[in-house]
Amino acid sequence: MAGKLNFSLVAPEREVFSGLVDQVDAPGVEGDFGVLADHAPFMTALREGQVTVINGSSRRTFTVKGGFADVTPAGLTILAEEATEVATA
Amino acid sequence: MASLKEMRNRIGSVKSTQKITKALNMVAAAKLKRAQDQAESARPYAKKMAAVIANLAAGVSGDNAPRLLAGTGSDKKHLVVVATGDKGLAGGFNSNVIRAARERINTLIANGKDVRIIAVGRKVRDGLTRLYGDKLIRTFELSDHKVIGMATAEPIADLIAQEFEAGNADVVTLFYSRFQSVISQVPTPKQLVPAVVDGDAPPVDLNGAVYEYEPSEEEILETLLPRNIKTQILAVLLENQASFFGAQMGAMDNATRNAGDLISALTLQYNRKRQAQITTELIEIIAGAEAL
Repeated sequence: MAGKLNFSLVAPEREVFSGLVDQVDAPGVEGDFGVLADHAPFMTALREGQVTVINGSSRRTFTVKGGFADVTPAGLTILAEEATEVATA
Repeated sequence: MASLKEMRNRIGSVKSTQKITKALNMVAAAKLKRAQDQAESARPYAKKMAAVIANLAAGVSGDNAPRLLAGTGSDKKHLVVVATGDKGLAGGFNSNVIRAARERINTLIANGKDVRIIAVGRKVRDGLTRLYGDKLIRTFELSDHKVIGMATAEPIADLIAQEFEAGNADVVTLFYSRFQSVISQVPTPKQLVPAVVDGDAPPVDLNGAVYEYEPSEEEILETLLPRNIKTQILAVLLENQASFFGAQMGAMDNATRNAGDLISALTLQYNRKRQAQITTELIEIIAGAEAL
Protein backbone atom coordinates (compact mmCIF):
# COMPACT_ATOMS: atom_id res chain seq x y z
CA MET A 1 0.00 0.00 0.00
CA ALA A 2 1.44 3.30 -1.09
CA GLY A 3 1.59 6.24 1.30
CA LYS A 4 -0.99 8.92 1.65
CA LEU A 5 -1.57 11.72 -0.79
CA ASN A 6 -0.94 15.26 0.36
CA PHE A 7 -3.98 17.15 -0.82
CA SER A 8 -4.98 20.77 -0.52
CA LEU A 9 -8.03 22.51 -1.89
CA VAL A 10 -7.54 26.25 -2.04
CA ALA A 11 -10.08 28.96 -2.81
CA PRO A 12 -9.03 32.58 -3.31
CA GLU A 13 -10.30 33.65 0.07
CA ARG A 14 -9.19 30.73 2.17
CA GLU A 15 -7.80 27.23 2.24
CA VAL A 16 -10.78 24.89 2.20
CA PHE A 17 -9.11 21.57 2.84
CA SER A 18 -5.61 20.48 3.60
CA GLY A 19 -4.30 17.16 4.78
CA LEU A 20 -3.23 13.63 3.99
CA VAL A 21 -5.78 11.47 2.23
CA ASP A 22 -6.05 8.17 0.35
CA GLN A 23 -7.68 9.30 -2.85
CA VAL A 24 -9.17 12.35 -4.53
CA ASP A 25 -11.60 12.26 -7.44
CA ALA A 26 -11.94 15.43 -9.47
CA PRO A 27 -13.75 16.56 -12.63
CA GLY A 28 -11.18 17.44 -15.31
CA VAL A 29 -12.20 19.21 -18.50
CA GLU A 30 -11.28 16.10 -20.46
CA GLY A 31 -12.87 13.64 -18.08
CA ASP A 32 -13.03 12.82 -14.43
CA PHE A 33 -9.94 11.46 -12.83
CA GLY A 34 -8.82 10.01 -9.54
CA VAL A 35 -5.50 10.70 -7.92
CA LEU A 36 -3.69 8.35 -5.56
CA ALA A 37 -0.37 8.85 -3.85
CA ASP A 38 2.67 8.94 -6.16
CA HIS A 39 0.67 9.92 -9.21
CA ALA A 40 2.61 11.02 -12.29
CA PRO A 41 2.84 14.82 -12.44
CA PHE A 42 0.21 16.49 -14.53
CA MET A 43 -1.92 19.56 -14.65
CA THR A 44 -5.45 20.03 -15.85
CA ALA A 45 -8.21 22.57 -15.89
CA LEU A 46 -11.38 21.59 -14.03
CA ARG A 47 -15.01 21.69 -15.00
CA GLU A 48 -17.69 22.73 -12.60
CA GLY A 49 -18.41 19.67 -10.52
CA GLN A 50 -17.67 17.73 -7.41
CA VAL A 51 -14.40 16.81 -5.84
CA THR A 52 -14.54 13.77 -3.61
CA VAL A 53 -11.92 13.23 -0.98
CA ILE A 54 -11.60 9.69 0.30
CA ASN A 55 -9.67 8.96 3.42
CA GLY A 56 -10.11 5.51 4.94
CA SER A 57 -13.82 5.05 5.32
CA SER A 58 -14.62 8.74 5.43
CA ARG A 59 -15.62 10.61 2.33
CA ARG A 60 -16.06 14.34 1.89
CA THR A 61 -17.46 16.08 -1.13
CA PHE A 62 -16.83 19.62 -2.30
CA THR A 63 -18.48 21.51 -5.10
CA VAL A 64 -15.91 23.40 -7.11
CA LYS A 65 -16.36 25.94 -9.81
CA GLY A 66 -13.59 26.72 -12.26
CA GLY A 67 -10.05 25.99 -11.37
CA PHE A 68 -7.02 23.82 -11.83
CA ALA A 69 -5.59 20.68 -10.44
CA ASP A 70 -1.85 20.41 -10.17
CA VAL A 71 -0.30 17.05 -9.39
CA THR A 72 3.33 17.07 -8.38
CA PRO A 73 5.42 14.52 -6.51
CA ALA A 74 4.69 16.68 -3.47
CA GLY A 75 0.97 16.06 -3.76
CA LEU A 76 -2.19 17.39 -5.32
CA THR A 77 -3.31 20.99 -5.19
CA ILE A 78 -6.64 22.17 -6.50
CA LEU A 79 -6.99 25.86 -7.10
CA ALA A 80 -10.69 26.59 -7.32
CA GLU A 81 -12.43 29.84 -8.01
CA GLU A 82 -15.17 28.75 -5.64
CA ALA A 83 -15.26 25.74 -3.36
CA THR A 84 -17.88 24.74 -0.84
CA GLU A 85 -18.34 21.56 1.08
CA VAL A 86 -21.45 19.53 0.36
CA ALA A 87 -23.07 18.40 3.57
CA THR A 88 -22.46 14.68 3.88
CA ALA A 89 -25.62 12.63 3.89
CA MET B 1 -7.59 86.56 27.01
CA ALA B 2 -10.43 84.11 27.22
CA SER B 3 -12.68 84.08 30.24
CA LEU B 4 -12.74 81.15 32.64
CA LYS B 5 -16.00 79.90 31.23
CA GLU B 6 -14.66 80.01 27.69
CA MET B 7 -11.64 78.01 28.75
CA ARG B 8 -13.83 75.42 30.46
CA ASN B 9 -15.80 75.03 27.26
CA ARG B 10 -12.64 74.70 25.22
CA ILE B 11 -11.32 71.95 27.51
CA GLY B 12 -14.66 70.17 27.29
CA SER B 13 -14.63 70.20 23.52
CA VAL B 14 -11.08 68.88 23.29
CA LYS B 15 -12.07 66.11 25.70
CA SER B 16 -14.97 65.00 23.56
CA THR B 17 -12.75 65.06 20.46
CA GLN B 18 -10.32 62.85 22.31
CA LYS B 19 -13.10 60.41 23.11
CA ILE B 20 -13.95 60.15 19.43
CA THR B 21 -10.38 59.62 18.28
CA LYS B 22 -9.85 57.04 20.99
CA ALA B 23 -12.96 55.13 19.94
CA LEU B 24 -11.92 55.25 16.28
CA ASN B 25 -8.49 54.01 17.24
CA MET B 26 -9.98 50.96 18.92
CA VAL B 27 -12.36 50.30 16.05
CA ALA B 28 -9.46 50.49 13.60
CA ALA B 29 -7.42 48.08 15.74
CA ALA B 30 -10.23 45.53 15.71
CA LYS B 31 -10.77 45.90 11.98
CA LEU B 32 -7.05 45.69 11.35
CA LYS B 33 -6.94 42.32 13.04
CA ARG B 34 -9.71 41.04 10.81
CA ALA B 35 -8.19 42.53 7.67
CA GLN B 36 -4.86 40.93 8.49
CA ASP B 37 -6.47 37.54 9.01
CA GLN B 38 -8.28 37.89 5.72
CA ALA B 39 -5.12 38.86 3.88
CA GLU B 40 -3.34 35.96 5.53
CA SER B 41 -5.92 33.38 4.45
CA ALA B 42 -5.83 34.60 0.85
CA ARG B 43 -2.10 34.04 0.71
CA PRO B 44 -1.92 30.27 0.01
CA TYR B 45 -3.97 30.65 -3.16
CA ALA B 46 -1.94 33.57 -4.49
CA LYS B 47 1.31 31.82 -3.67
CA LYS B 48 0.31 28.58 -5.33
CA MET B 49 -0.97 30.49 -8.34
CA ALA B 50 2.36 32.29 -8.72
CA ALA B 51 4.24 29.00 -8.48
CA VAL B 52 2.05 27.35 -11.11
CA ILE B 53 2.43 30.29 -13.47
CA ALA B 54 6.17 30.43 -13.03
CA ASN B 55 6.27 26.74 -13.79
CA LEU B 56 4.15 27.10 -16.91
CA ALA B 57 5.81 30.27 -18.15
CA ALA B 58 9.17 28.57 -18.13
CA GLY B 59 7.84 25.96 -20.54
CA VAL B 60 6.07 28.22 -23.01
CA SER B 61 8.27 29.54 -25.79
CA GLY B 62 8.41 33.19 -26.85
CA ASP B 63 6.10 33.34 -29.86
CA ASN B 64 3.36 31.18 -28.50
CA ALA B 65 3.23 32.95 -25.18
CA PRO B 66 -0.11 34.59 -24.43
CA ARG B 67 -0.03 38.36 -24.59
CA LEU B 68 -1.03 38.76 -20.97
CA LEU B 69 2.25 37.13 -20.10
CA ALA B 70 4.56 38.45 -22.79
CA GLY B 71 2.97 41.83 -23.34
CA THR B 72 2.05 43.34 -26.69
CA GLY B 73 5.63 44.17 -27.54
CA SER B 74 4.96 47.87 -27.10
CA ASP B 75 4.83 50.12 -24.08
CA LYS B 76 3.00 53.07 -25.51
CA LYS B 77 -0.27 52.75 -23.66
CA HIS B 78 -0.25 52.61 -19.91
CA LEU B 79 -3.13 51.77 -17.68
CA VAL B 80 -2.63 52.85 -14.09
CA VAL B 81 -4.81 51.41 -11.37
CA VAL B 82 -4.67 53.32 -8.11
CA ALA B 83 -6.06 51.76 -4.94
CA THR B 84 -6.73 53.73 -1.79
CA GLY B 85 -9.39 53.69 0.87
CA ASP B 86 -12.88 55.08 0.66
CA LYS B 87 -12.48 57.08 3.81
CA GLY B 88 -10.08 59.53 5.30
CA LEU B 89 -8.93 59.98 8.90
CA ALA B 90 -5.97 57.77 8.25
CA GLY B 91 -3.06 60.20 8.24
CA GLY B 92 -1.09 60.20 5.02
CA PHE B 93 -2.43 56.87 3.84
CA ASN B 94 -4.44 58.10 0.87
CA SER B 95 -2.25 61.00 -0.14
CA ASN B 96 0.94 58.93 -0.09
CA VAL B 97 -0.42 56.46 -2.62
CA ILE B 98 -1.88 59.22 -4.74
CA ARG B 99 1.40 61.11 -4.71
CA ALA B 100 3.36 58.03 -5.78
CA ALA B 101 0.88 57.39 -8.58
CA ARG B 102 0.93 61.02 -9.66
CA GLU B 103 4.70 61.05 -9.93
CA ARG B 104 4.60 57.98 -12.13
CA ILE B 105 1.79 59.35 -14.27
CA ASN B 106 3.65 62.63 -14.79
CA THR B 107 6.81 60.81 -15.84
CA LEU B 108 4.85 58.67 -18.24
CA ILE B 109 3.13 61.67 -19.76
CA ALA B 110 6.43 63.53 -20.03
CA ASN B 111 7.79 60.54 -21.96
CA GLY B 112 4.93 60.78 -24.41
CA LYS B 113 3.03 57.72 -23.27
CA ASP B 114 -0.71 57.36 -23.30
CA VAL B 115 -1.98 57.12 -19.75
CA ARG B 116 -5.38 56.05 -18.55
CA ILE B 117 -6.45 55.61 -14.99
CA ILE B 118 -8.75 53.32 -13.06
CA ALA B 119 -9.55 54.50 -9.55
CA VAL B 120 -10.27 52.08 -6.75
CA GLY B 121 -11.62 53.80 -3.67
CA ARG B 122 -13.39 57.10 -3.43
CA LYS B 123 -10.32 59.01 -2.28
CA VAL B 124 -8.36 58.45 -5.49
CA ARG B 125 -11.17 59.84 -7.50
CA ASP B 126 -11.18 62.95 -5.32
CA GLY B 127 -7.41 63.21 -5.51
CA LEU B 128 -6.88 62.58 -9.22
CA THR B 129 -9.97 63.88 -10.97
CA ARG B 130 -8.89 67.48 -10.80
CA LEU B 131 -5.56 66.82 -12.53
CA TYR B 132 -6.38 63.94 -14.80
CA GLY B 133 -10.17 64.00 -15.08
CA ASP B 134 -10.06 63.25 -18.79
CA LYS B 135 -7.88 60.17 -18.26
CA LEU B 136 -9.96 58.54 -15.58
CA ILE B 137 -11.92 55.64 -17.05
CA ARG B 138 -13.81 54.46 -14.07
CA THR B 139 -14.03 54.55 -10.30
CA PHE B 140 -14.74 51.55 -8.15
CA GLU B 141 -15.98 52.18 -4.66
CA LEU B 142 -14.99 49.72 -2.02
CA SER B 143 -17.86 50.53 0.28
CA ASP B 144 -20.24 48.94 -2.24
CA HIS B 145 -19.08 45.68 -0.72
CA LYS B 146 -19.38 44.85 2.90
CA VAL B 147 -16.46 42.48 2.87
CA ILE B 148 -13.68 42.59 0.31
CA GLY B 149 -13.79 39.36 -1.61
CA MET B 150 -13.65 37.93 -5.08
CA ALA B 151 -16.80 39.91 -5.90
CA THR B 152 -14.85 43.14 -5.29
CA ALA B 153 -11.83 42.14 -7.34
CA GLU B 154 -13.68 40.62 -10.27
CA PRO B 155 -15.16 43.73 -11.91
CA ILE B 156 -11.80 45.48 -11.67
CA ALA B 157 -9.99 42.55 -13.26
CA ASP B 158 -12.67 42.27 -15.93
CA LEU B 159 -12.29 45.91 -16.86
CA ILE B 160 -8.52 45.54 -17.08
CA ALA B 161 -8.84 42.45 -19.27
CA GLN B 162 -11.37 44.24 -21.44
CA GLU B 163 -9.10 47.26 -21.92
CA PHE B 164 -6.21 44.97 -22.70
CA GLU B 165 -8.16 42.94 -25.23
CA ALA B 166 -9.38 46.14 -26.87
CA GLY B 167 -5.78 47.20 -27.32
CA ASN B 168 -6.11 50.19 -25.02
CA ALA B 169 -3.37 49.07 -22.70
CA ASP B 170 0.09 47.64 -23.16
CA VAL B 171 1.25 47.87 -19.58
CA VAL B 172 -0.93 47.73 -16.50
CA THR B 173 0.47 48.98 -13.21
CA LEU B 174 -1.26 48.91 -9.88
CA PHE B 175 -0.52 51.32 -7.06
CA TYR B 176 -1.38 50.31 -3.51
CA SER B 177 -0.07 50.47 0.04
CA ARG B 178 2.04 47.51 1.00
CA PHE B 179 1.47 46.46 4.57
CA GLN B 180 4.92 46.44 6.06
CA SER B 181 3.85 46.66 9.66
CA VAL B 182 1.13 48.28 11.70
CA ILE B 183 3.05 51.52 11.77
CA SER B 184 4.52 51.42 8.29
CA GLN B 185 2.66 51.23 5.00
CA VAL B 186 4.61 51.73 1.83
CA PRO B 187 3.05 52.99 -1.40
CA THR B 188 4.12 50.40 -3.95
CA PRO B 189 3.66 49.99 -7.69
CA LYS B 190 2.97 46.49 -8.93
CA GLN B 191 3.03 45.51 -12.56
CA LEU B 192 0.10 43.31 -13.52
CA VAL B 193 0.53 43.10 -17.28
CA PRO B 194 2.76 41.78 -18.70
CA ALA B 195 2.77 39.32 -15.84
CA VAL B 196 5.89 39.35 -13.78
CA VAL B 197 6.99 35.81 -13.19
CA ASP B 198 8.14 35.26 -9.68
CA GLY B 199 11.70 34.10 -10.09
CA ASP B 200 11.87 33.12 -6.45
CA ALA B 201 9.32 30.35 -6.76
CA PRO B 202 11.21 27.11 -6.48
CA PRO B 203 10.89 24.90 -9.55
CA VAL B 204 8.88 21.80 -8.88
CA ASP B 205 11.07 18.77 -8.53
CA LEU B 206 9.62 16.11 -10.76
CA ASN B 207 12.13 13.36 -10.14
CA GLY B 208 12.71 13.21 -13.86
CA ALA B 209 9.05 12.61 -14.73
CA VAL B 210 7.44 14.59 -17.52
CA TYR B 211 4.66 17.01 -16.73
CA GLU B 212 1.47 16.30 -18.62
CA TYR B 213 -0.99 18.98 -19.49
CA GLU B 214 -4.67 18.61 -20.13
CA PRO B 215 -5.60 20.56 -22.29
CA SER B 216 -2.41 22.01 -23.77
CA GLU B 217 0.03 24.20 -21.88
CA GLU B 218 -0.99 27.26 -23.88
CA GLU B 219 -4.69 26.75 -23.25
CA ILE B 220 -4.18 26.37 -19.52
CA LEU B 221 -2.04 29.46 -19.41
CA GLU B 222 -4.62 31.33 -21.44
CA THR B 223 -7.29 30.80 -18.79
CA LEU B 224 -4.93 30.93 -15.86
CA LEU B 225 -3.54 34.39 -16.57
CA PRO B 226 -6.79 36.36 -16.35
CA ARG B 227 -7.54 34.46 -13.18
CA ASN B 228 -4.13 35.38 -11.88
CA ILE B 229 -4.96 39.05 -12.37
CA LYS B 230 -8.08 38.60 -10.27
CA THR B 231 -6.14 36.82 -7.58
CA GLN B 232 -3.48 39.48 -7.50
CA ILE B 233 -6.02 42.26 -7.34
CA LEU B 234 -7.81 40.51 -4.51
CA ALA B 235 -4.56 40.05 -2.63
CA VAL B 236 -3.68 43.69 -3.18
CA LEU B 237 -7.08 44.92 -2.06
CA LEU B 238 -6.91 42.89 1.09
CA GLU B 239 -3.44 44.12 1.86
CA ASN B 240 -4.48 47.65 1.07
CA GLN B 241 -7.34 47.31 3.50
CA ALA B 242 -5.04 46.10 6.24
CA SER B 243 -2.73 49.03 5.50
CA PHE B 244 -5.63 51.42 5.70
CA PHE B 245 -6.65 50.29 9.16
CA GLY B 246 -3.03 50.29 10.27
CA ALA B 247 -2.64 53.87 9.09
CA GLN B 248 -5.92 54.86 10.65
CA MET B 249 -4.91 53.31 13.94
CA GLY B 250 -1.64 55.22 13.91
CA ALA B 251 -3.29 58.48 12.96
CA MET B 252 -5.93 58.15 15.65
CA ASP B 253 -3.34 57.22 18.22
CA ASN B 254 -1.47 60.42 17.42
CA ALA B 255 -4.64 62.44 17.55
CA THR B 256 -5.54 61.02 20.94
CA ARG B 257 -2.10 61.84 22.26
CA ASN B 258 -2.23 65.37 20.87
CA ALA B 259 -5.61 65.90 22.46
CA GLY B 260 -4.19 64.69 25.76
CA ASP B 261 -1.30 67.17 25.54
CA LEU B 262 -3.67 69.94 24.64
CA ILE B 263 -5.96 69.12 27.56
CA SER B 264 -3.15 69.23 30.11
CA ALA B 265 -1.79 72.50 28.70
CA LEU B 266 -5.25 74.06 28.79
CA THR B 267 -5.99 72.75 32.26
CA LEU B 268 -2.75 74.23 33.58
CA GLN B 269 -3.58 77.56 32.01
CA TYR B 270 -7.11 77.40 33.39
CA ASN B 271 -5.97 76.62 36.93
CA ARG B 272 -3.41 79.43 36.91
CA LYS B 273 -5.99 81.85 35.78
CA ARG B 274 -8.48 80.72 38.40
CA GLN B 275 -5.81 81.00 41.09
CA ALA B 276 -4.91 84.50 39.93
CA GLN B 277 -8.54 85.50 40.05
CA ILE B 278 -8.98 84.15 43.58
CA THR B 279 -5.84 85.96 44.71
CA THR B 280 -7.07 89.22 43.25
CA GLU B 281 -10.43 88.81 44.97
CA LEU B 282 -8.76 88.09 48.31
CA ILE B 283 -6.54 91.15 48.03
CA GLU B 284 -9.59 93.24 47.27
CA ILE B 285 -11.48 91.86 50.29
CA ILE B 286 -8.52 92.44 52.64
CA ALA B 287 -7.91 95.90 51.26
CA GLY B 288 -11.63 96.65 51.73
CA ALA B 289 -11.57 95.38 55.37
CA GLU B 290 -8.48 97.43 56.21
CA ALA B 291 -10.08 100.57 54.83
CA LEU B 292 -12.88 100.19 57.33
